[in-house]
Amino acid sequence: MSAPLKQHLIDPEICIRCYSCEAACTVQAISHNDDNVVVDGTKCEFCMACIPVCPTGSIDEWRVVENYYPVEDQLIWLELPQQQDFSNDDEAAVGLDAIDDSIQALLDKAHEGAGGKAIAPQSASKPSINLFNLGNPLTAIVQGNFRLTDKDSNGDVRHIILDLGQTHFPVLEGQSIGIIPPGLDENGKPFLPRLYSVSSPRDGERPNYNNLSLTVKREPDGVCSNYLCDLEKDDEVKITGPFGSTFLLPNDPAAHVMMICTGTGSAPFRGFTMRRQREMPNVKNSLSLYFGARRPQDLPYFGPLNKMPKDFLKTEFAFSRLDGQTKEYVQDKIRTQKASISKLLQQPNTHIFICGLKEMENGVDEALSDVAREIGIDWAILRDEMRQDGRFHIETY
Amino acid sequence: MSDIMNVSYDTLIPNNVGLASDKRVLKGLEKWHPGYINWWNDLIPQQFQQSLIYLRTAVSVDPKGWAKFDYVKMPEYRWGILLAPQVEDRKIPCGEHAGEPVWQEVPGEYRSMLRRLIVIQGDTEPASVEQQRFLGKTAPSLYDLRNLFQVNVEEGRHLWAMVYLLQKYFGADGRQEANDLLLRSSGSEDAPRMLGAFNEETPDWLSFFMFTYFTDRDGKMQLESLAQSGFDPLSRSCRFMLTEEAHHMFVGETGVGRTIQRTCEAMIKAGIEDPYDIEKIRALGVIDLPTIQKKMNLHYTLSLDLFGREVSTNAANAFNAGIKGRFMENRLEDDHKLNDATYGVCDIVDGAVVRREVPALTAVNMRLRDDYVKDARGGVGRWNKIIEKLGIKFELKLPHEAFNRKIGVFADHLFNPQGQIIDQAQYDASINDWLPSNADGDFIQSLMVPVTEAGQYASWIAPPRVGINNMAGDFEYVKLHDA
Repeated sequence: MSAPLKQHLIDPEICIRCYSCEAACTVQAISHNDDNVVVDGTKCEFCMACIPVCPTGSIDEWRVVENYYPVEDQLIWLELPQQQDFSNDDEAAVGLDAIDDSIQALLDKAHEGAGGKAIAPQSASKPSINLFNLGNPLTAIVQGNFRLTDKDSNGDVRHIILDLGQTHFPVLEGQSIGIIPPGLDENGKPFLPRLYSVSSPRDGERPNYNNLSLTVKREPDGVCSNYLCDLEKDDEVKITGPFGSTFLLPNDPAAHVMMICTGTGSAPFRGFTMRRQREMPNVKNSLSLYFGARRPQDLPYFGPLNKMPKDFLKTEFAFSRLDGQTKEYVQDKIRTQKASISKLLQQPNTHIFICGLKEMENGVDEALSDVAREIGIDWAILRDEMRQDGRFHIETY
Repeated sequence: MSDIMNVSYDTLIPNNVGLASDKRVLKGLEKWHPGYINWWNDLIPQQFQQSLIYLRTAVSVDPKGWAKFDYVKMPEYRWGILLAPQVEDRKIPCGEHAGEPVWQEVPGEYRSMLRRLIVIQGDTEPASVEQQRFLGKTAPSLYDLRNLFQVNVEEGRHLWAMVYLLQKYFGADGRQEANDLLLRSSGSEDAPRMLGAFNEETPDWLSFFMFTYFTDRDGKMQLESLAQSGFDPLSRSCRFMLTEEAHHMFVGETGVGRTIQRTCEAMIKAGIEDPYDIEKIRALGVIDLPTIQKKMNLHYTLSLDLFGREVSTNAANAFNAGIKGRFMENRLEDDHKLNDATYGVCDIVDGAVVRREVPALTAVNMRLRDDYVKDARGGVGRWNKIIEKLGIKFELKLPHEAFNRKIGVFADHLFNPQGQIIDQAQYDASINDWLPSNADGDFIQSLMVPVTEAGQYASWIAPPRVGINNMAGDFEYVKLHDA
């Protein structure tokens, strides 16, 4: 069998035939007849320009196929075909984060700020995905649940360690797992899984203990976050995944990894940093971290991070609620560090990862844009190049 | 040069046209702004002004930035001036100047014609907000309420787009016209809106859906032909407006579709096979299909009148001048001048409707109307699929274009929906079967009860199949302000 392909399709039952996607398509891959609007699989480059212009949501359909559905077939479809069965390796190979629609939607949303189709770093390890799902979850055991934020912090951020027992659950730094909160929602249906990035490296929170860690902030009405934050040692937790096939650490020792985060957006970066520490502790000046929080006591892993050698991990902390000081955000730190960042922007091995709350996206984007402009670079163009090269990644929520 | 993709928020008015460095126009718009805000505040009930609504706002005109979703209070929505990116080396696509570079300034000889086109387009935008002002109070769900307000704020933005063009390119006359756009009012005795359909009421949500499907589709066709204009700023304004207009089409098509779906589902559940068993069907708290057909007849025919007369020298002049093209002009394969071409327009010969060949230049309106009819028919076909899929024997049909017309060749005669000329007695005897009666209106009105619980829908309408921005079914699209 030839390698499976990922194909972009439009749901004919939802589409209203406004042809906005056709006008937005940059490679004339979209066409229509009197019945349907269709995407030519041989032309589509996954640039995603058609996604936001669609008023209906019918545009956001994807299938893994052995051969593309031809345009002539699509033009007479009354509904979309079901996804055929493929093995998990095949799915990861074509860059599908997860076949399950709801998980896919969550990941698409988390990645959308990058402005186009996410592509994994070239030197990243190949991820496994979707090994466990809603119908077939894995039961993990809580090994520990520790509060990371100070007692006088308003935020309750937890470091939760899950033991995976004897089950093989290969998860890479930057990937996520699904947590299924127990109980039923108000419609009497089981809750859908919520996604959390793992904060441990691939060989486990402790090497070879087959465990992983999560970094979870308690949200006032969050069903899943309260469930997780209240877990006690030896409690059972149902998990799914792993998910995500693009927000991954490059293995290349020459790669510079610039990490920008707020709050629990630090989770994947803890995994990145620990992986590097274990694998290549002598590589210098290849990691930099821009980390924003309200105050030091609200910043998860503040203590351990401060103990890292500066030539292994360069850290810049921005605090927005420090008594007697002006508010600082990660974008302000990016601006004060423009000398070193502008050098990085010009290097072909620089990877930028952004993780945290959606609200941080615009500020960071503007700051990078300003830094780039001063050295005569158009950030929008560079960003697109880096993204297509697997060197620019956003995961926000 | 200003950053053409990203929207600048450094002036009161977000824009990607470099307003900050265009003091004259900025001042003009800032002077116009308070009047606009007053108009808006007087229009929408206060409870909704204070509510948080999940709206999309454009932060740039490229795919990444044009649809940012977040909770916004409507008066704080950033109405702005957004033009689609300039196409390099764009040429005038039609008329006697076809092939020449597009105009970046108003060509003197077409100044008044162009101004009139912009004013007519601009006049429709606030009109529909005025027509829809009372609907918030009877929204069948928070999802629908959100969609109504999204349509409203974007119609408001479209008004801004036209006002910008008037102020930027038409001097004192333009400023006067911009002010007048806020003075006219839908349905007003003294100063009505310019076009008939925009002075009709939108009394209930089915009317709203029909309006957004049929009447906003006229808007779409007009924008499509203005997007072909040789006056480049108008073309760029309209191209960006079209992306927003697609959402209005969506609200209309899915709104009517969901209404039909609920009706069919309720009939099946109650074991009613005959779609004309109206009393029984209405007792289920849903709108019977024959009444939906009547609403469709009304809104479709009112909208056809918006295309003007079949043979029109105004339209010919605008096309020939290159300031208004045909639908998808850039995809048509002819000389784009129409000096010798002919086109078949509707006419009445010996009491029958026929097509008669006339110079194509004078038939530009008719041609756009034909494109509209084809476009409108598509959605009707999809509504029929819903009915068919649920196993009900009924088919919605667009009436003949001669039926119920007030403008053009059909205006002086009476027609039945099949397009045959009839006399007054025949017309009077059947009109209540063809167009919604007062009693039909009263019945629909009786179903219009607000539903304000997230994820819940009024009895007469099915939930949508996909949430806005892919949100879950119980998403709270509007956080209502408790007055």
